[in-house]
Amino acid sequence: MDLLQLLISGLANGCVYGLIALGFVLIYKATEAVNFAQGDFMMLGAFLTLTFANSNELGLPFWLACILAVAVMAVVGYLVEALLIRRMFGESQIAIVILTISLGIVLRFLAGVIWGHEPQSLQSPLAGKEVRIGSLVLGFDDMTIIIVTLLLTLGLYLFFARTKIGLAMQAASQNQLAAYYMGIPVKRVHALVWALAGGVAAIAGILFAAKGTIDPSTGLLGIKASAAAIIGGFGSLPGALLGGLIIGLVEPLSSRYVAAGVSQIMPYLILLIVLIVRPHGLLSQVRAKKV
Amino acid sequence: MRIVFKTTYEADIRLFKHGAQGFWYALLLIVAIAAPFILGDFLTGEATNVLIWAICGMGLMLLVGQSGQASLGHAAFMAIGAYSCVLLESAGVPFILALPLGGIITGIAGGLFAMPVTRLHGIYLAIATLAVSVMMEDVIVLAEPLTGGVNGLMAADIEIFGINFNRYGNASGLYWLILAIAILIVLAYRNIQRSPLGRAFAAVRDSEISAQAMGINVARTKAMAFAISTFMTGIGGALMGHFAGVFNQETFNLVISINLLLMIVIGGLGTIHGAFLGAVVIGFLPQAIAFARDGLGHLFHFDSIAIPGLETGIFGTILILFILFEPLGIYGRWVKIRTYFELFPFARRDMFRRQKSYLKTERIR
Repeated sequence: MDLLQLLISGLANGCVYGLIALGFVLIYKATEAVNFAQGDFMMLGAFLTLTFANSNELGLPFWLACILAVAVMAVVGYLVEALLIRRMFGESQIAIVILTISLGIVLRFLAGVIWGHEPQSLQSPLAGKEVRIGSLVLGFDDMTIIIVTLLLTLGLYLFFARTKIGLAMQAASQNQLAAYYMGIPVKRVHALVWALAGGVAAIAGILFAAKGTIDPSTGLLGIKASAAAIIGGFGSLPGALLGGLIIGLVEPLSSRYVAAGVSQIMPYLILLIVLIVRPHGLLSQVRAKKV
Repeated sequence: MRIVFKTTYEADIRLFKHGAQGFWYALLLIVAIAAPFILGDFLTGEATNVLIWAICGMGLMLLVGQSGQASLGHAAFMAIGAYSCVLLESAGVPFILALPLGGIITGIAGGLFAMPVTRLHGIYLAIATLAVSVMMEDVIVLAEPLTGGVNGLMAADIEIFGINFNRYGNASGLYWLILAIAILIVLAYRNIQRSPLGRAFAAVRDSEISAQAMGINVARTKAMAFAISTFMTGIGGALMGHFAGVFNQETFNLVISINLLLMIVIGGLGTIHGAFLGAVVIGFLPQAIAFARDGLGHLFHFDSIAIPGLETGIFGTILILFILFEPLGIYGRWVKIRTYFELFPFARRDMFRRQKSYLKTERIR
């Protein structure tokens, strides 16, 4: 039973990693760029929800606060693309990596100035409620995280596979010039996917904040999430979730069965092993060109 | 305006393009050697720090700028260099042997790491190296009997042939020692650049497929780049450990890795100048910010404002501006200015214009 309990909380953690990784993958899938500020987007989303919802701040109803935070983060994502990333159109991938790393540094600094460096917690209606099945305790927050993540991954997967705009996004990443020829407004598509990633980051932020405290350095979770995205295979949405779950499960299990200090290393060790065995991740998206 | 007319192969690979260039570098060398007499002990120490950063930066530059592999984890190799050098010293090896040995150990570690990961490209490689940097911090803590864990290790004073190079007792001596090491590494770097290996690096960077078609063993070239790069970085790390006196896993954390990469981008990717210019920015930015803050405080009569993390915030902003407006870095800007005057009045704005390009996916190859 103890193990089961551990697994469930690990799953919930893994879902949060998976959600951040989902943001990485979204942007990569549609623009071929990697947004290392994704973790900081999540941190901003969490702080915005906290500002909207907490009774000592604006005190809006929780659900309204969530919707507002997602909307604001979508706008932030859109603006980041329109103001910064768009100028880098056609530049090498590493240039955008460096740009987003510095953007993350600036965002963490701004969050520190606005909200301070003390850990804060979100007053969430989910906290503290639980269902007991025998000796197994299912927290409402854990269950919500798992359900929301599954629905979101499914929704985004269908969005990319079935809708016209989703296909346009994939086309825009595969070959920008050819996408232009086909009448796809590549730049607008890029801005849209950044907005989408901002919204997903906000959802991840809300779910993360529902489980624990947040402070500006929470943004560094993005590093672990990037490992999750790579384990799953960068560019694959189910892969991002899979990678997140693997990391989320391995952490508590290794600290319980191996040694406490090892749990920090395990996610990255798994990442390296996966990369050595399968250089493009578990659900590899890399295909050989048919000539 | 000067036209260098190359008639032989030797003319093409000469260290200096023409005599005047040699003269300017000689002058720079004299200024660098004379610096401690002008700067005073505190600034000499800062300049030493800049030189150490530049050595580490050159290591990363060789990898990123020359062979086109991005690494977000070079602090891990700095750590290997520092720990192996200091541990060798405590085992009784003199510094003059321990430093190159530390570098070689780091180079071997880098080469071994590179062998499986040279198959990786772009972002996969960047995150794999990032993972190494994160892991190294925890590994250092876990390997406490060897590394002293969070308490860290203490580096003894550098002593060569009975001369003590204490950071405080003999600041200019330490500066000259590290300047000499930096110059040796610059010479090594330049010679690698004009050797077949350096040309292979450039070929692999520009196109792996065409490099392979020219008969270059891509995997071995990449692994070599990693080994040489980590050798230089390891030496830089060992020097940084000695300069800090006491160091632990925090001295070589992920932030250092990222700063190192950001530094060479600010300086100008692909050039030795870039490593030094970037190191100057990294080394003097904290002082400059503190100075500006105090100055503004005096001017407008408010108490010096203390915003935590202001330094990193400004650093990030400078970086964003550089990437957006001067992707070639400080050295790129300097080349543009120099070209303007060399060609005066024929320089045109569009000479350095980036060619329009459209990305294609790297997932289909």
